[in-house]
Amino acid sequence: MAILEVEHICKSFEKTEVLKDISFSLEEGQVLSIIGSSGSGKTTLLRCLNFLERPDSGVIRVCGETLYDSRNPSPMQESEIRKKRLHFGLVFQSFNLFPQYTALENVMLAKELLAREQPDYKARKKEIQGEIRTLAEEFLRQMGLSDRMGSYPHQLSGGQCQRVAIARALALKPDILCFDEPTSALDPELTGEVLRVMKELADQKTTMIIVTHEMAFARDVASHVIFMDDGYILEQGTPKQVFEHSHEERTRQFLSRFTQG
Amino acid sequence: MELILEQMPIVIQSLNVGFLQTLKLFFVTLLGAVPLGLIIAFGSMSRFRPLGYLTKVVVWIIRGTPLMIQLLIIYYFPGLVFGKPIWGGGEAGRFVAASVSFIFNYACYFSEIYRGGIQSVPVGQEEAGLVLGMTRSQIFFKITLLQMIKRIVPPMSNEIITLVKDTSLARIIALQEIIWAGQAFMKGSQGISGAIWPMFFTAIYYLIFSGVLTVLLGRLEKKLDYFR
Repeated sequence: MAILEVEHICKSFEKTEVLKDISFSLEEGQVLSIIGSSGSGKTTLLRCLNFLERPDSGVIRVCGETLYDSRNPSPMQESEIRKKRLHFGLVFQSFNLFPQYTALENVMLAKELLAREQPDYKARKKEIQGEIRTLAEEFLRQMGLSDRMGSYPHQLSGGQCQRVAIARALALKPDILCFDEPTSALDPELTGEVLRVMKELADQKTTMIIVTHEMAFARDVASHVIFMDDGYILEQGTPKQVFEHSHEERTRQFLSRFTQG
Repeated sequence: MELILEQMPIVIQSLNVGFLQTLKLFFVTLLGAVPLGLIIAFGSMSRFRPLGYLTKVVVWIIRGTPLMIQLLIIYYFPGLVFGKPIWGGGEAGRFVAASVSFIFNYACYFSEIYRGGIQSVPVGQEEAGLVLGMTRSQIFFKITLLQMIKRIVPPMSNEIITLVKDTSLARIIALQEIIWAGQAFMKGSQGISGAIWPMFFTAIYYLIFSGVLTVLLGRLEKKLDYFR
């Protein structure tokens, strides 16, 4: 069964239609890359999945559970949305680390706040915090940041910041980890180190949706590629189908610089 | 000169008592206006439009009229118009009326500084908190608040230094703060009259106090330098 099913998502801002009838599905352990020019709706799509925007219509299901159905919008309480968001993690283009916390604290914060809702939190406070800390350190180590755990975001390079942000998202163990142009704010060298950890995550069968302009990465790492244009999914399939045997003229045009180069 | 030296202990004693009242008014105002300002700031940012407009009108009136008028109205209005002097008589009553006026006036100024501080925190911070499953109040207290405080320390320092000197406006309702105490020796008090020099002395009290505050606020600013 697909871990994520998206059906007929539409979204408009004022009179601009940004998403037009978006449908796709994703299997567990797969990597979906969404490519397309700026303004084609990729970021909005990710924001809808993370409930930062509410779709005008459509259905979103994760592991068979309906998270959003525009025909039945009643259970959209703030606290409900909060729970639903936890199915997804989101890594932002601009990192959005919390500047007043160290790398380690950034990774621990949300998990700690969630733990406070457990009934036995008060009794086992020390123990729970210890577990969260160990887990956070483990994720940062996995991101190659064992020696930067006590650093504040402004003391880290962009690449290091983005890896902290990835660890922060992973710490909540989301079903699906989303990336919104994670390397667009980085120079080529730093881009490399971020893509490397993302590749490792893909190898470990982390389910991911990656909005990216890194075509080589999309082709090599993704199991599935979606090409978006003007709010539509114009083309989707395996990287081979999309990159080498595209049906649409627009896709070929978009990819031309990459495939020729 | 000899006379001044002779009068000095009496004057200092009297100015000290007045300055104590000044300090009391200062700290009470700060204690009340800092939290009240935050509530007003949330009011003016409210997504519930009528509340937003109402708050903005109130802030406009309070910031748009002299604090001295507000003091006079708040102190005298209940007694003169309703025949019910709600503040009670004597120095205690004047102090309560002055505190209410100052807290409200300063809260309105603070609220605008807070609003600017909150709105200058990038929206990405809130979104990052949201996708990490935090509630809005967790996001405010754990993420936004400290970043806001860091940004508002310089403008708040300005307001706080102004407040030190504004407390003297309470003289208009005869609150016995330090200006009132100094002025008493011009009119005649404790056997001293026609003396202007105690007035100059009051200025030294203000200078020293605002100097101490400047240093403390500067330290706070440094302390928040650990992040950007």
